[in-house]
Amino acid sequence: MKKTYKIEVDCASCATKMEDAAKKTEGVKDASINFVMQKMSVEFEDGVDVNAVMKQVLKNCKKVESDCEIEI
Amino acid sequence: MVWRIVIAAALTIFLAVSAAVDLFEFDDEDVKKYIYFACYLVPYVIIGYDILIKAVKGIAHGQAMDENFLMAVATIGALVLGVTYTGDYDEAVAVMIFYQIGELFQSIAVDSSRQSIAKLMEIRPDAAFIEENGELVEVDPDEVEIGTVIVVRPGDRVPIDGIIVDGTSSLNTAALTGESIPRDVIVGDEVLSGCINLSGVLKIETTKEFGESTVSKILDMVENASSRKSESEAFITRFAKVYTPFVVASALLLSIVPTLLFFLADYQLLDTEWEQWVYRALTFLVISCPCALVISIPLGFFAGLGGASREGILIKGSNYLEMLSDVDTVVFDKTGTLTQGVFEVTDVIANEIPRERLIELAAAAESSSPHPIAASLVRAHGADIDRNRVTEVTDVAGKGVIAKVDGTPVAVGNKRLMEMLGLQFDEGSVTGTTVYVAVDGRYAGCITISDIVKPQSAQAMRDLKAAGIKKTVMLTGDADAVAQKVAKEIGIDEVHSQLLPGDKLEELEKIIKDTSGKVAFVGDGINDAPSLVRSDIGITMGAIGSDAAIEASDVVIMDDDPTKVATAMGMSRKSMLIIHENIVFTLLVKFLFLGLSAVGIVNMWFAIIADVGVMIVAVLNSARALRYRRK
Repeated sequence: MKKTYKIEVDCASCATKMEDAAKKTEGVKDASINFVMQKMSVEFEDGVDVNAVMKQVLKNCKKVESDCEIEI
Repeated sequence: MVWRIVIAAALTIFLAVSAAVDLFEFDDEDVKKYIYFACYLVPYVIIGYDILIKAVKGIAHGQAMDENFLMAVATIGALVLGVTYTGDYDEAVAVMIFYQIGELFQSIAVDSSRQSIAKLMEIRPDAAFIEENGELVEVDPDEVEIGTVIVVRPGDRVPIDGIIVDGTSSLNTAALTGESIPRDVIVGDEVLSGCINLSGVLKIETTKEFGESTVSKILDMVENASSRKSESEAFITRFAKVYTPFVVASALLLSIVPTLLFFLADYQLLDTEWEQWVYRALTFLVISCPCALVISIPLGFFAGLGGASREGILIKGSNYLEMLSDVDTVVFDKTGTLTQGVFEVTDVIANEIPRERLIELAAAAESSSPHPIAASLVRAHGADIDRNRVTEVTDVAGKGVIAKVDGTPVAVGNKRLMEMLGLQFDEGSVTGTTVYVAVDGRYAGCITISDIVKPQSAQAMRDLKAAGIKKTVMLTGDADAVAQKVAKEIGIDEVHSQLLPGDKLEELEKIIKDTSGKVAFVGDGINDAPSLVRSDIGITMGAIGSDAAIEASDVVIMDDDPTKVATAMGMSRKSMLIIHENIVFTLLVKFLFLGLSAVGIVNMWFAIIADVGVMIVAVLNSARALRYRRK
């Protein structure tokens, strides 16, 4: 399943870091960030709890870029 | 942020001036140094507190290469050097101020390009209107079910695909096709969402859900385009990952080696004090952020994709925008792509009776037939035929029709019909489908119907050649004579005719194997999905509304103008040029300044100004990809 989320991130290289962090999160098959549109699209593994995964994604993103935001 | 910059800058300038003119008197130079240090901390904290906080958080999360952390190290280091060595605090604060100006500019620039691109995509309708008890009610387009009648007032955007059940109007289809000439529509016409209703009130019965409607599909495609990353983007991401560690490592070497040499061996490298080397290392850190690169490349792609969509060309990913610039062979499907796919009378040989009369009789005899040729004949006649004039219609299977028109026997059909009737006839033109007409038992003439070439096809070939395409190829299932005639008319290099659907793919494979560059296939999306998928870049034309075609292709040209193929390539080349300019320019400046600061020619001031400046230039340059001027 694939979902798109609105994000807030200031700099382009931070967006790349967030993308990496999101990709490494368990339950995430693939993730990509459109910096210019400020959107993150996440492809989930089958049968995962999307909300729980996204909370973890946000947590991992905050680790690499403390003032980023994802609207879950 | 602006205020923080202004206040910090004003304080810094005041302090610098006061120190220079000895505004305050100090008994002891050391006291002066420490008091000024304390004073400078005020603007430093005002301008840089968020960076310091982020730096601390970054370390806590193990992000040592975080740009905030590097900025903090550089400026704090400069402050410490100020106390112990140079006595100059301006620099540390100035670096912070310029860095923040750069960040501010970056967000303004990104915002503005985002908005100008978003404006192109402002085609998402927010509301649909339905009539309830004679009153218009606004509803969420997502909730409108298939088969609902929606009302679209003049000035509104059509929210959902459907068929007009009431009203006439003209539509602005610019958002879908890039074409600005309004299209007139009447009851029964299909309307695609995203068009703007210009004149009359329309009632439209929806044929799709909002999510499946054209406008939603287009928006999805454009918004997801940058998730398919190009090679340039991948390169920059990889580069950024090694660049920062490389610069930081060099900075460490630059500070540690001379320091150790001095303390252990009492040797001054290049006759320069070790403090000076530390200062140079700090300057390195200022240039360590790869931001200018990282931001300008996706921005360039995004602008390119946005600019193309404004021209009515949807490119499904940055990778395809990149690949388009490497195409050197373009393969076209004939029918519907280079030709209109609509059959028209192109040639008439009338022996016995006037040309118009021949067409009229043929059209009348065929008037009850569902065959497309019949429709072409009626169109050529130019007026409706009164069916009552036609009697005793007999279909001769596989051969044609025999009927009485106004009481006169008329036979219309192929050669075999004439042979069956035992009549002598002319060979018709070989470049189309010929129907032979016999009137009153005598051969009267023949009419050739063929697919006509799009008026822009020849121009499209010239544009492609001008854009540096090496070879243009046409594939068709039609007879060779027809294919050769079309090829000659539009000036295409190579023709493969009489191909069965499977053969087309085989020909394409051969072409791909024989070509060093990329091969693009252009089709109308009907029956050519395998070729679209097999080619490096599949381009469909005029296929808006056909989901399967959009699915199979990488680039969708929304109207059916073949010159847009060259436009797409031109835009791709322009975007790629801009992106490469940015990569080369940014890297050159960065490495130049790294080199200059390593030997002490450039101080921190120049380093930060250059770093921010190069980013601004790169971002502004990226925005150029949004505009494209047709030559």
